[in-house]
Amino acid sequence: MGRTDLRDFKKGIDESFRNFTREYGEAIENFFDPLLYFLVWLEKLFLNTPWPIILFVIATLVYLGSRSIKLTLGAILAFLTIGYLDMWDDTMATLAIISVATIVCISIGIPLGILMARSQRTQMIITPILDVMQTIPSFVYLIPVVMLLGIGKVPGLLAVCIYAIPPIVRLTNLGIRLVDKDVMEASEAFGANYRQKLIGVQIPLALPNIFAGVNQTIMMALSMVVIASMIGVKGLGVPVLRAISNQYLALGIMNGLAIVVLAILFDRVSQQFGKRLQAHTESSK
Amino acid sequence: MSEIKVSIKNLYKIFGKHPEFMVEKVKAGMSKTDLLEKHGHVLGLYDVNIDIKKKHIQVIMGLSGSGKSTLIRHINRLIEPTAGSIIVDNEDILSMSQTELRDFRRSKASMVFQKFGLLPHRKVIENVSYGLLIQGINKPEALNRSNQWIESVGLSGFENHYPAQLSGGMQQRVGLARALATDADILLMDEAFSALDPLIRSDMQDVLLSLQEKLHKTIIFITHDLDEALKLGDDIAILRDGAVIQSGTAEKIILHPIDDYVTDFIKDINKARVLKARSVMGNDDSITGPEIDETVIIEDALQIVSKSGSNGAIIVKNGQKQGTVSLTDMIMAIARAEKNTDSEAVYR
Repeated sequence: MGRTDLRDFKKGIDESFRNFTREYGEAIENFFDPLLYFLVWLEKLFLNTPWPIILFVIATLVYLGSRSIKLTLGAILAFLTIGYLDMWDDTMATLAIISVATIVCISIGIPLGILMARSQRTQMIITPILDVMQTIPSFVYLIPVVMLLGIGKVPGLLAVCIYAIPPIVRLTNLGIRLVDKDVMEASEAFGANYRQKLIGVQIPLALPNIFAGVNQTIMMALSMVVIASMIGVKGLGVPVLRAISNQYLALGIMNGLAIVVLAILFDRVSQQFGKRLQAHTESSK
Repeated sequence: MSEIKVSIKNLYKIFGKHPEFMVEKVKAGMSKTDLLEKHGHVLGLYDVNIDIKKKHIQVIMGLSGSGKSTLIRHINRLIEPTAGSIIVDNEDILSMSQTELRDFRRSKASMVFQKFGLLPHRKVIENVSYGLLIQGINKPEALNRSNQWIESVGLSGFENHYPAQLSGGMQQRVGLARALATDADILLMDEAFSALDPLIRSDMQDVLLSLQEKLHKTIIFITHDLDEALKLGDDIAILRDGAVIQSGTAEKIILHPIDDYVTDFIKDINKARVLKARSVMGNDDSITGPEIDETVIIEDALQIVSKSGSNGAIIVKNGQKQGTVSLTDMIMAIARAEKNTDSEAVYR
């Protein structure tokens, strides 16, 4: 392609997307409004609740999920340190966006995974899309997202979700496809319909895999925190970004480690929980 | 003659991309090898015709690859046939809609699997009630009914165990109870006891037979084990390369094997336990001895005759003399035949 042609080609695409933005930008923004309200509400809730209550809730959740005193004490200690080092507010903001992103990813990802497991064709269509979502540099899709929605919480959330949703979709699909053929045949032979097979057999047996997907999704959402902060998401990413541009070593490390602590907690708790879901596979009496 | 419950007619199954075109070729006489080599299609079933009598145990036996598991899956249409018909209670199940088919599977034909097919995430009681819950029966009622079946297969006390906590034999009892719980009058058993070790297998056969005495289901039982076939089967059909090569009662198959394949198949079995006195009956007035019923198996007859010290026995039916049998004849009948012609001389 000639140089002028190429320039015109790029210009054409940019122009038409800009037109699209002008035309539908506001409608799309309105569409995401409920999500924004929810995110803001959750963030406020986390920030305005006195810290001992939050700490108590976190400790309870960790214990319910993992049934491990050690992990619970570790979580309490970690959050106390975070508070002591004055990162509490940022951590709460991050927790809020991660929670919302996880909820969004699960509520879209699991149905998508189920759909994908149902037919070979949907799998063929969705798999390459997921590949693109996971490998394309995040900055590339930040451009259209920011053009469309500007800078703020929602585009940040969107960016996080684009990156974090593939594992839950993939592992839901895989989990359902890996369900023992003999069990499926038995279910079929007793006259189960699609819904009965899905709810009674496939999802319960795929649960360990689905749970691994949720775990991965949370991890990937956490790793997007810094990038999301570039387009206006509050949280632990903001000080990290400030540390990069000003060469504040200590600030960077502290906030970085806070993200790591969150990640480890989420991971351990969800893994322990996933293991307990598989209680029936133990053969010992 | 008892009533026919399931009638399989001219059933063909061809696996491959265009089975419907291949059926005509197979009907015209194309061999299995040609079909595979020239057209890349696999012949699964070839012109299968079996009439299964109500309340009987019909055994379908064959070696692996003979198509027996394929055949049983046609009866509840887990596999769609290429051509033919399957009539159950005067209704062709191949013309059923998906909804009708589901109803058929829920209430008319239940299945027991070689690998059990239990739901690993549900307890024994929940597994047994699975079919009932699928039917839409409410949970308390389903659990209540299931409890009775758990008791009848001898699993009381294990209701709240998970399948993985049970031995193979116990798991298959769960499978059997689950199939019985739906109250279907047809029971499809696909190599149900093949995965169990010999003692447990024999146990399970006894469980099945004693249940059958009370329940009178129409049972279609797949096996590759001839002893199992002879023990359970009222009727036996032998399958090879997807075609039924011989069918009939155990006695008929043993006395008149249709070809060398069947002869070979039955040569190692204990004939004394299968053959009945009437099948070696003659009419020799010089024989005196105890009276035995015509349905007594030769193993028992030999014992009676030996104990009495006579040279044979009088065969009776309802107290009426039917004929006689000599000790030698009985021994010859159960001795392994050297040649077909020799055995012909003994078997009348």
